[in-house]
Amino acid sequence: MILEFFKNTMSTVKGINQKYAKPQIKMTPMVKVALLALRLYLIFLVGILVYRFITLLR
Amino acid sequence: MEKEYTAPTVTEGARTPLPVQDGKSPIRRGDASMNLLSKAYYRYKKLLKVIRLFLMIAGPGIIVMVADNDAGGITTYTATGAKFGFHLIWFLILLGPVAYYVQEMTVRLGAVTKRGHAEAIFHGFGSFWGWFSLMDLVLLNWLTMITEFIGMTAALSIFGVPRIVTVLLAATLMGTMVIQGRYWTWEKAAMVFCVLNLIYIPAAFMIHPPLKQVLQGCLIPQLPPGGFTNELFFFLMANIGTTIAPWMIFFQQSAVVDKSLQEKDITGGKVDTGIGAFFTVVVAAFCVILTGTLLPGQNIYDAGSAAAKFMGINKQLGTFLAIGLFDAGFLGAICISLASSWAFREVFGWAHSLNNKVKEAPWFYAYYFFGILLAGTVVLIPHAPLVLITLFVQVIAVTLLPAALVFLILLLNNEETMGQFKNTLFQNIANITIVTLIVLVSTLYGISALFPNILK
Repeated sequence: MILEFFKNTMSTVKGINQKYAKPQIKMTPMVKVALLALRLYLIFLVGILVYRFITLLR
Repeated sequence: MEKEYTAPTVTEGARTPLPVQDGKSPIRRGDASMNLLSKAYYRYKKLLKVIRLFLMIAGPGIIVMVADNDAGGITTYTATGAKFGFHLIWFLILLGPVAYYVQEMTVRLGAVTKRGHAEAIFHGFGSFWGWFSLMDLVLLNWLTMITEFIGMTAALSIFGVPRIVTVLLAATLMGTMVIQGRYWTWEKAAMVFCVLNLIYIPAAFMIHPPLKQVLQGCLIPQLPPGGFTNELFFFLMANIGTTIAPWMIFFQQSAVVDKSLQEKDITGGKVDTGIGAFFTVVVAAFCVILTGTLLPGQNIYDAGSAAAKFMGINKQLGTFLAIGLFDAGFLGAICISLASSWAFREVFGWAHSLNNKVKEAPWFYAYYFFGILLAGTVVLIPHAPLVLITLFVQVIAVTLLPAALVFLILLLNNEETMGQFKNTLFQNIANITIVTLIVLVSTLYGISALFPNILK
């Protein structure tokens, strides 16, 4: 039963990924710059979190 | 040439000149007063219609804004008042328009696209950003729910109520509100708790605060004695951080969709949000007035301890504050749990409306109750790292808030979907400024939570 639940969930997730595979928003330069900035920002944050985690372990 | 008299229509009313005739004419005077009466009646009926229409539309904006003053928010305001007195009330007032401008965008986006924010991100930016936002939201909301339960248990512990009883009471109330199968009923019940959130206003009047100083704090932008210190900066960041939370964006947009608001309802939705923003600021200001008057210069680390201190000064006042804190936590919890449930289910495409009965949307309700029980259970675990969880909420919020805000602005500028409701130039200038400020400040706030010594 649990296995079936996970199988169903996985197929639903695959369906969602297929449904939203292509972004529907028009990729204007403003959108591209905003998404790039967001990626860099998140990489920066993850970097800080990892650094903090390592310094805490030490 | 004699002019023929025709009775003016109701809309023409007083603008139609009366005919000029010899002598006095009681009939025409009667006509004029009848016109005035009919015009007044017409206006009265029109006003009633507008109010009735507004009451139908009102709800998501007021609820989300008042729920913004959740347990964490009340803690921040009481701590600010105790630390800096009335000197920062003007700053809190400025945060009202900030919250309004951000939340107003969700009304337009929801009413036009008929999609919740999670679904809108999936649709607009693809599955990568969609999953990132959804998972971040689910984690953050669950952690925030724990802080709401911490607030509720702290509030009722003042009356000697055991934690487990508080958790069960809150979970039962939350369950009862949703299982009756009507969005309208849930919303009106939530509005009752919103009214209860105003308890801080009579509480502040009970202590007779120094009116002149309070007015100065409200109207004159000023820094507290000691000037701009790191501690003041931390408090300013905390107050901005509590003004806009990621769950608010997701909640209001989904609520607008669940309520089936249309494009024609957008103005009403904006008024609803504006009224909510007004009450948020009022409650925040009165919290500051309370602690600024009774606990000046003291360090407050949680609103529960502030209520306990008030209990020592005046039992009635302490009771008011404890009720207010429980209500704040409860309002936050009902909105946050719904925000997650709505987001999760709208992406998975399952029935997810409060208008669905439990049988019609079992997964929606199962997820809702699972979230409540999981958060409530953590609070009951002995020696659970509750302080660490509170800090973690601030850090996780920093990862989601900028993304949610950036997506919001980009979606509001998409002419293909938004049409005439897309952001105007003025709205873009205002919103981009606000979002940049919020992103910068919340990032600094998150970093200061990770590295507490950075501001010392």
